Amino acid sequence: MTNSISEVVDADVILVCGSNTTETHPVIGAQIRQAVNRGAKLIVADPREIPLAEEAEVFLPIRPGTNVALLNGMMNVIINEGLLDKEYVENRTEGFDELWEIVKEYTADKVGMICGIDPEDLKKAARLYATAERAPIFYAMGITQHTTGTAGVMSTANLALLCGKVGKYGCGVNPLRGQNNVQGACDMGCLPGDYTGYQKVANPEARAKFEAFWGVPLPSKPGLTITEILSGAETGDIRCLYIMGENPMVSDANLHHVEQALRRCELLIVQDIFLTETAELADVVLPAACYAEKEGTFTNTERRVQRIRAAVDAPGESREDWIILSEIMSRLGYENSFTSPREILEEIAQITPSYGGFSYDRLEKEQPQWPCPSPEHPGTPILHTAKFSRGERAIFKPSPYMPAAEQPDEHYPFILTTGRILYQYHTRTMTGKSDDINRIAGRSFVEIHPTDAAKKGIAQGDQVKVASRRGEVIVEARVTERVSEGVIFMPFHFAEAPANRLTNNVVDPISKIPEYKVCSAQVQAL
Amino acid sequence: MLNLVVDGQPVQVEKGSTILQACEKMGIEVPTLCYLKHLAPEGACRICAVEVQGVKNLQFACAALCSEGMEVTTMNERIAGFRRIVIELLLANHDADCFSCPAVGSCELYKLAMDYGIEKSRFKRTKKPRPKDETSEFFNYDPAKCILCRRCVRTCNEIQSNRTLSLRDRGVRTSVSLPFGKVFKDSSCVSCGNCVSACPTGALTTKASKHYRSWELTRTRTTCPYCGVGCQMDLLVKEGKVVGVEPADGPANPGILCVKGKFAYRFIGHPDRLKTPLIRKDGVLSPASWDQALDYVAEGIKRIKEESGPQAIAGFASARATNEDNYVFMKMMRAAIGTNNVDHCARL
Ligand code: SF4
Ligand code: SF4
Repeated sequence: MTNSISEVVDADVILVCGSNTTETHPVIGAQIRQAVNRGAKLIVADPREIPLAEEAEVFLPIRPGTNVALLNGMMNVIINEGLLDKEYVENRTEGFDELWEIVKEYTADKVGMICGIDPEDLKKAARLYATAERAPIFYAMGITQHTTGTAGVMSTANLALLCGKVGKYGCGVNPLRGQNNVQGACDMGCLPGDYTGYQKVANPEARAKFEAFWGVPLPSKPGLTITEILSGAETGDIRCLYIMGENPMVSDANLHHVEQALRRCELLIVQDIFLTETAELADVVLPAACYAEKEGTFTNTERRVQRIRAAVDAPGESREDWIILSEIMSRLGYENSFTSPREILEEIAQITPSYGGFSYDRLEKEQPQWPCPSPEHPGTPILHTAKFSRGERAIFKPSPYMPAAEQPDEHYPFILTTGRILYQYHTRTMTGKSDDINRIAGRSFVEIHPTDAAKKGIAQGDQVKVASRRGEVIVEARVTERVSEGVIFMPFHFAEAPANRLTNNVVDPISKIPEYKVCSAQVQAL
Repeated sequence: MLNLVVDGQPVQVEKGSTILQACEKMGIEVPTLCYLKHLAPEGACRICAVEVQGVKNLQFACAALCSEGMEVTTMNERIAGFRRIVIELLLANHDADCFSCPAVGSCELYKLAMDYGIEKSRFKRTKKPRPKDETSEFFNYDPAKCILCRRCVRTCNEIQSNRTLSLRDRGVRTSVSLPFGKVFKDSSCVSCGNCVSACPTGALTTKASKHYRSWELTRTRTTCPYCGVGCQMDLLVKEGKVVGVEPADGPANPGILCVKGKFAYRFIGHPDRLKTPLIRKDGVLSPASWDQALDYVAEGIKRIKEESGPQAIAGFASARATNEDNYVFMKMMRAAIGTNNVDHCARL
């Protein structure tokens, strides 16, 4: 997030696009509703009529995979009606002409057709957003999990820049990160091309710095992404895979392919707190302590670093992840000098400029947001107030709309979109252990529009077969107007009927994120 | 800034401060019941009554604003007598079966009654309580213990903004209730439990709280392990087991949690947790010692590295592990193994 969560209660207009906030980030959802209680106007763009849509001033039930067209359409209206922030565009941005070159094609009528919405609603949304003083954009996987995910992310930034809503209180572009420490895992350099704090592997200076700090030569070639690693495992190029605390056997697209890849791996090491679906395929399973049993830090979606603390002992012989990893490193001939998480954060702070100001002592008293380069630095609640990371000006990076990789056809006439629900989390490794939660939301389902259900002879609660080009699952039908005609929705949490057996693992060319949010499917009554 | 005098001591506060805020600043304790930090003050329960010189009626500290030159008295005979009556009226409509109450030890009404030396109310019950609602999977509502402070209703409406709760019927049958007389199970309730955390008595209690008393607990401040909001919360531990969670006031969460943070803690000490390393032998994962498992891993990595180079090895770090664990993972892949093939589920 460029801005802080607590700012949302002071917003005038809030644009929520591709985020079912009250279910996936409920405490932010609650604060969005607080803002609405205080008079803020809400714009919701989502293929489903999510709970927030009920309170929206404008609800845009867009066809899955059409975010870029929608955002281009909003910018078209804003520029045509002269509602852009001319001063900001002039002083703080570059590439306006290139932006116009692309968005000029996206008239409200055309976008209405592409997205399946009323052009007047699009205009209304554009005007509301552009003329508001404080207007944050919130988005989540509804924007990113597409083959055009990067274009979607860029387009939200374009829209905010065009209206001068970056670097100001109560505004910004605010991606909501799905898992508690996705932000931290990225910050820590668990990315094939980045060391900590986004210092690039490909940059010889950064590499030299890490080589000197760690005292070993380091590879210069950026590594492979998850999707590439799995393909590599399938072809035999990747022979050993070490998985810590992830469950790709439920969470990844095209599960059939994932399973083949993991089975082909000669040495599959899984370190986790439960024997997950993935761990069941492992050659070695290492038992880890969970968050309630150890010291450490998480970095939340607003870049805030906060402590976790040990409340209970880890069960049996399970150990903290860092201890297991250090033991292995030492067997591989590399000795770490640290003896506690506190000292690890000290090492991170030394080598990572944006984390330079963090220490366990300081985090007892305050929990600043990075960049926080020194112990005296107060942290950064709002990014880009005076400068952008690449210099004085931000560049517009416009993209034309491109349809999703799979389009409905005769055999697979529905668009299947996937997501999360309030009561479950990710692959249910953790939430699935609470019986009370499972009694409320223990089984998978597919949402289907009443008209489609009637055509297919499907009634509420029927077991149905949902199939795509990659596989099929049997789930319970929920007949509801939350989804539009031609669209079906499934949560991805459930290993018994995994939505990801159906999803398409074709990825965005830049971010490599699979297109979880759109694939073509068919539904049949059983 | 405003200057005022509280209990004979001068104090400066910002304009717009309430008398309660002035007292808090000075460390003077004024009892409250209906007041909660993130809710708009109502002055409804009247327990925070104080005297302001020159004003005839007692003022309610949580709602009354400070003014220049104000002189406030927070305790004298008149105030204590007034508070005693307030407490006795509340007690009259509160089933004080403390022996079997899950809130024993944390009940704010009990503490007030003790502080003011009240063992029994002089008044008779005036309200006929509605039946209990135990239909939520996570908590129970017992109207016979409800003192109508509205903390739950306001939390549900103003903070959680879910508008599930309201006060139904005026007068003798007033009670906290759900629209259309529904029960929790069939209502719009999202099971966040924030109303329960807000309740000062045993009217709203988690189902799990039957099994512990507040004095048996230790509390550990931590960060929710689920979504990226990063809510701050306290783990409640009894005899080495996490038995509950309470919201803390964090930078990202104004004293609230969602159902996952509040109630999905059972995985922590779950019997299915992995307790020993496992190595696959003859196709079956079998228990092994740490030394066996670590040697197996290290030797496997070394062998593959020698045969096919470090690029044949890859690792997935975790979007759920700590920064420290992820840092060491990435360092292992790069510095000890020699590959940049490290990624995690950022994309999910
Ligand atoms: S649990 Fe949450 S949503 Fe349900 S009544 Fe209480 S505050 Fe409202
Ligand atoms: S309590 Fe709910 S909203 Fe808060 S961090 Fe946990 S999962 Fe997210």
